[in-house]
Amino acid sequence: MEAFLFIPCLVEHVLPQVGEATVVVLEKAGVVPVLPTGQTCCGQFAYKRGCPDLVRPLARRFIEIFEDAPAVVCPSGSCTAMVRRYPELFPQEDPWRERAAAVAAKTFELGQFLVDVLNCVDVGARFPLRATLHASCQTTRVLGVGGQTELLLSHVDGLTLVPLSRPERCCGFGGAFSVDYPEVSQAILEDKVNDVLQSGAKAVITAEPSCLLNIGSALAKRNLPIRPLHLAEVLAGGDK
Amino acid sequence: MSTAPYNFAKAAAKALADGERRTILAKAIAEIHVLRRKSVDAMPDFEARRARAVAVREKTLTRLPDLLETLEAQVTAAGGIVHFAEDAASAASLITQLLTARKARLVVKSKSMVSEEIGLNDVLAAAGIEAVETDLGEYIVQLAGEKPSHILAPALHVSKEQVSELFDRKFARKSTDIPEMTRIARDSLRRKFLAADAGITGVNIAVAATGTVIVLENEGNIRLTGSCPPIHIALMSLEKVVETLDDAAAVLDILPPSATGQTLPVHLSLFTGARRDGERDGPKEMHLVILDNGRSQLMADPILRQILRCIRCGACLNVCPVYQSVGGHAYGTVYPGPMGSILSSVLTGAVGDVRQPFACTHCAACAAACPVGIDHPALLQELRRRLSAQGTDAATVAFASLARHPLLFASAAAVARTADPKLTHVAGLSPGSPVGRFLRTRAFPGFSRPFSRRFRALARRLSRHGGRS
Repeated sequence: MEAFLFIPCLVEHVLPQVGEATVVVLEKAGVVPVLPTGQTCCGQFAYKRGCPDLVRPLARRFIEIFEDAPAVVCPSGSCTAMVRRYPELFPQEDPWRERAAAVAAKTFELGQFLVDVLNCVDVGARFPLRATLHASCQTTRVLGVGGQTELLLSHVDGLTLVPLSRPERCCGFGGAFSVDYPEVSQAILEDKVNDVLQSGAKAVITAEPSCLLNIGSALAKRNLPIRPLHLAEVLAGGDK
Repeated sequence: MSTAPYNFAKAAAKALADGERRTILAKAIAEIHVLRRKSVDAMPDFEARRARAVAVREKTLTRLPDLLETLEAQVTAAGGIVHFAEDAASAASLITQLLTARKARLVVKSKSMVSEEIGLNDVLAAAGIEAVETDLGEYIVQLAGEKPSHILAPALHVSKEQVSELFDRKFARKSTDIPEMTRIARDSLRRKFLAADAGITGVNIAVAATGTVIVLENEGNIRLTGSCPPIHIALMSLEKVVETLDDAAAVLDILPPSATGQTLPVHLSLFTGARRDGERDGPKEMHLVILDNGRSQLMADPILRQILRCIRCGACLNVCPVYQSVGGHAYGTVYPGPMGSILSSVLTGAVGDVRQPFACTHCAACAAACPVGIDHPALLQELRRRLSAQGTDAATVAFASLARHPLLFASAAAVARTADPKLTHVAGLSPGSPVGRFLRTRAFPGFSRPFSRRFRALARRLSRHGGRS
């Protein structure tokens, strides 16, 4: 089976290792990843700025790029959630609405694709590490696929998951929120980092690149020896 | 006096700089959060209860004029008097005139957010009427000359030690023992109850079919406020009405667990009209003041009207990472947190920051906790859309147009990668810029060689090794 890779702009330019790990995981699961050219941004930033007019051209581009895909896989809960909102950007009678719905229905977050589409909960990963899971808001509450992340991690050989006291709490990023309200964003982030520290984990795992960037940047600034890892990086780990 | 528009970002930064306040808030909210979780988690039928509550609240919104008419008729039949107030000012003056006409000098009040909304205490004071708050938290806030910071727990931001100092200043009695501190407050309040000319309560639920006003509490002060003085004035916003007692029960099934983690509160009072002939106690007069203040206009708004389902349990505040961090005062509005960010945007004359809907990380914890199924993120998103329709920032527009052209988009990233890969120059040159502020407590990992330029080699390597890395 082939799957088209939907690579968020953040992954393309800042966290390419997440894209690479996604390719490895898909190959392990017997899927041939295809990278269509011309991808930029799904428009999430403009959507959350309250500008659907700015998102619509980006949605149409996305639909044209991915319309022929058997399935679309994305290593981000928030970008997947954005694509799943595309139909509501277009009025009922607009033919783009139907095309958007068709693409939205076959677009999946990586963990969601593995578990729900491929029925694969074990990709044969080995990752001997004591880690904790940050249940990203967009993956768990907005997209509703947090259970799939947990299921996949539970089958990783050697991985010891220690709980956060509040795994479901936001990391404080929120896109433009983090620059509009830097003090509030940092305060929420500080709580998250302290929670990670108290868990005793050597790594923090999340299925959302923006949380990964946010938490990872704070860990780096404080020189803390805790690795920020995307779900894909863990699932790509070694062989059993 | 400054006429600059209210700025939440500044107020929030100021609140966060108060380390003591932050610690108190974090502790208090963590406690209330756990109480709700324990209670809701122990409820196997929470989703069924939520569905019933949603149905009841939606019925109210669908049949509001009709239910208000029935409520008025039933309250009147029970010997009460119903007053409708168009806006905050007319509600406050209506109540003040009512009290002045009866020569009332002292009024006891139980906690009411609608009374905060209409600024009642200030108006009463200007008319020479002393209004004493009798909810312990609200009393503390009143003694301290502050405003409530939480719709349910007004003094959430105050520590036990601070209350002790306050009581020492006000009553010259010093104690940090909570039962003793409660006694100090009670000694002062009990005299007020007995001497009061009128009592003003809020309303949690008004039952149209019976003309009954339902109020929930843990302290007993509401029951005294509504039954001890000769006049009882109940104050509600118009969406608090439900059709029947069964409907009220559906709301009661879900309100205390979501609010304080209780199955039911300590006191549940049902007030129906005034003292009847032959009865020995209860108020001689009962008034129900029903406030609109922009709500009925909201009924015509298919998206935002959902906020009128709100039953003021406070669950969305308690789970909101922004509210948890900055507390209620930073919002500069009567109603803070997720529900407040929506409601304040639509109430007549509400102050605060017009851009409040942007002060949200879209984490959706509010919607998950809401017992009446309000989709706060969707409503905030709609408010953002309406605000942005009046103008969008240049950066967003620029980024969006760049994203329409893949070559330009990639070139812009390439320029950044070469010129300032870790954004340290930008941040260093202007620490006050968005990038500078973002990087104050973060180390940006840097722009990398794009994934798309690595993909082909990676795919080739993987297929050569039979799909293994």
